[in-house]
Amino acid sequence: MPKTLAQKLWDAHVVRSTPDEPDLLYVDLHLVHEVTSPQAFEGLRLAGRHVRRPDLTVATMDHNVPTRGGVRAADDLSRKQMEVLAENCRREGIPLHQIGSRRQGIVHVIGPELGLTQPGMLIVCGDSHTSTHGAFGALAFGIGTSEVEMVLATQCLPQNRLRDLAVTVDGELPLGVTAKDVVLGLIGRTGISQGQGHLVEYRGSTIRGLSMEGRMTVCNMSIEWGAKAGMVAPDDTTFKYVEGRPHAPKGEEWEAALDHWRSLRSDPEAVFDQEISIDAGRLEPHVTWGTNPGQVAPVTGRVPSPHSDTDERALRYMDLKPGTPFADIAIDRVFIGSCTNARLEDLRAAARVIAGKHVHSKVRAMVVPGSTSVKKAAEDEGLDAVFKAAGFEWRNAGCSMCLGMNPDILAPGERCASTSNRNFEGRQGSGGRTHLMSPPMAAAAAITGHLIDVRELL
Amino acid sequence: MEPVARVSGRMAPLDRADVDTDQIIPKQFLKRIERTGFGPFLFYDWRANGDFVLDRPEHKGAAVLLTGENFGCGSSREHAAWAIRDAGYHAIVAPSFADIFVANCFKTGILAVTLPPRQVRHLIDLATEDPATEVTVDLEAQQVRGDGFTYRFEVDAFAREMLLNGLDEITLVERQASAIEAFEAQRSEYFPTVR
Ligand code: SF4
Repeated sequence: MPKTLAQKLWDAHVVRSTPDEPDLLYVDLHLVHEVTSPQAFEGLRLAGRHVRRPDLTVATMDHNVPTRGGVRAADDLSRKQMEVLAENCRREGIPLHQIGSRRQGIVHVIGPELGLTQPGMLIVCGDSHTSTHGAFGALAFGIGTSEVEMVLATQCLPQNRLRDLAVTVDGELPLGVTAKDVVLGLIGRTGISQGQGHLVEYRGSTIRGLSMEGRMTVCNMSIEWGAKAGMVAPDDTTFKYVEGRPHAPKGEEWEAALDHWRSLRSDPEAVFDQEISIDAGRLEPHVTWGTNPGQVAPVTGRVPSPHSDTDERALRYMDLKPGTPFADIAIDRVFIGSCTNARLEDLRAAARVIAGKHVHSKVRAMVVPGSTSVKKAAEDEGLDAVFKAAGFEWRNAGCSMCLGMNPDILAPGERCASTSNRNFEGRQGSGGRTHLMSPPMAAAAAITGHLIDVRELL
Repeated sequence: MEPVARVSGRMAPLDRADVDTDQIIPKQFLKRIERTGFGPFLFYDWRANGDFVLDRPEHKGAAVLLTGENFGCGSSREHAAWAIRDAGYHAIVAPSFADIFVANCFKTGILAVTLPPRQVRHLIDLATEDPATEVTVDLEAQQVRGDGFTYRFEVDAFAREMLLNGLDEITLVERQASAIEAFEAQRSEYFPTVR
């Protein structure tokens, strides 16, 4: 029977399948960070268990870490959480890229960067944006802390089968329109729950034409429309990205891997439970106006009239009036960062917009690279100088103001142009107001001091 | 885990759709390394704004949380489920839930139950008009019952077994040791290890 990519990946990881029970799946790579793991390790300890495969587990510190000054967290609880992770990793023999080390970074940035993320794998992490790794043709999804404990103990995870959904994006992206706009445009159309219960495959000429960075941006936000996982079939773009990375297969193993990876695609007759298609040629740069990622519109438009209680609440929270042109909305802060948009390509795209210009006098702007390696690579090509000359703060790697667990937060009422993935109430700081957009759009907002169509600056 | 078969008590109506986990438990409270102690921070920002429905005296002590569709969307933080349980809600009834959240609820021993929007609306109206109304969410019978109504719900059969019998899922999986070893033996050479 013809199969979808997602079902092929699923079937390849079934340890045991029994009627009326979830399938027992084997996990190839388990990524761990400081916030969702302490209770899982504690559970293991209380039950006298150990980590079954520390060699398939890797940890980093990202959510809590300070992004300037030294490696000391600003508060005792954050510090404690990092110490506990370090201690758990030491005890169980799990490799840890801790703060201050050259491979530290956001968990979804370092996996691909180190070549740990590879096509055909099943990858989990106690973090909903694990869907990012699907960009490599892997089955990757977020899990809760009890499931983290399960995977630590058994390297397996019981999971119910999910439905298949295909998103086909065809056509050439217009100038100034990025992978972020593809996924924001998609969520604007589907709303934030249509993906529930589904594994999504992104396909079509536009997706094929995206770099790995762009594909990661799209897969990253799968969870923002409710999907469990998002993926792209691997191709030469994928293989070129993976080849030569520290954990990538080498020599004969590389050849064997390539043979297998080339088979990872949906069969032509495979049937999806749902299909959505998008014409990339008609997309525009997008901005969110509300408090969930589905409340989004092309930047050329105006704040829409509310269609529900949720919309009304959102407009109140965001202090916006229907009919206001987006370009009239002034901003206070700019955040270029997060696992959605803080890779080298994202920083380059933002730097191109700001080169030779200066951040608006009323705006405070910062760049937080996705990993220490991204930071280093950016500095090697002089991007830090471009950002600093323009008046941006250039920080150390971490999640930072994507979720504001460290001191990088918005003050109540502050309005932020952000390249992250969530505009929930208070996400970037209690009372803070977030507008999601692409890195070039955020860069343009930094310079002009208000939301603006980046194409006016190109 | 303690077995859970049914939850009875009053209902608290949180009549909103798309409630995300950032609202349920804001990030500044994710720094605890224990599974408990999150209750006081449930819906922290909304409560701080005053006159939050769950804080009204007539809804204090409710055991069943009623809410709108797509409840628990957003982050995978199990802290959201822990906070709800700590605050005394042992069942949640909604038209739909986010996937990771509903899994987290079952692991935490919370009965997260899906009913059609019309029936949830009926319950919300009941709880609003007469907050003393009590219901029973019965996992064994797969029913939400009250005075004059019985609503049947579907639930994942395996999750139900686990909860009714208070089984430890990790122990069950450990019993599959030979299948796991056999699977490991045939994994491809080139699959990376982190060493
Ligand atoms: S950058 Fe933001 S979304 Fe990504 S893992 Fe960190 S907190 Fe989560």
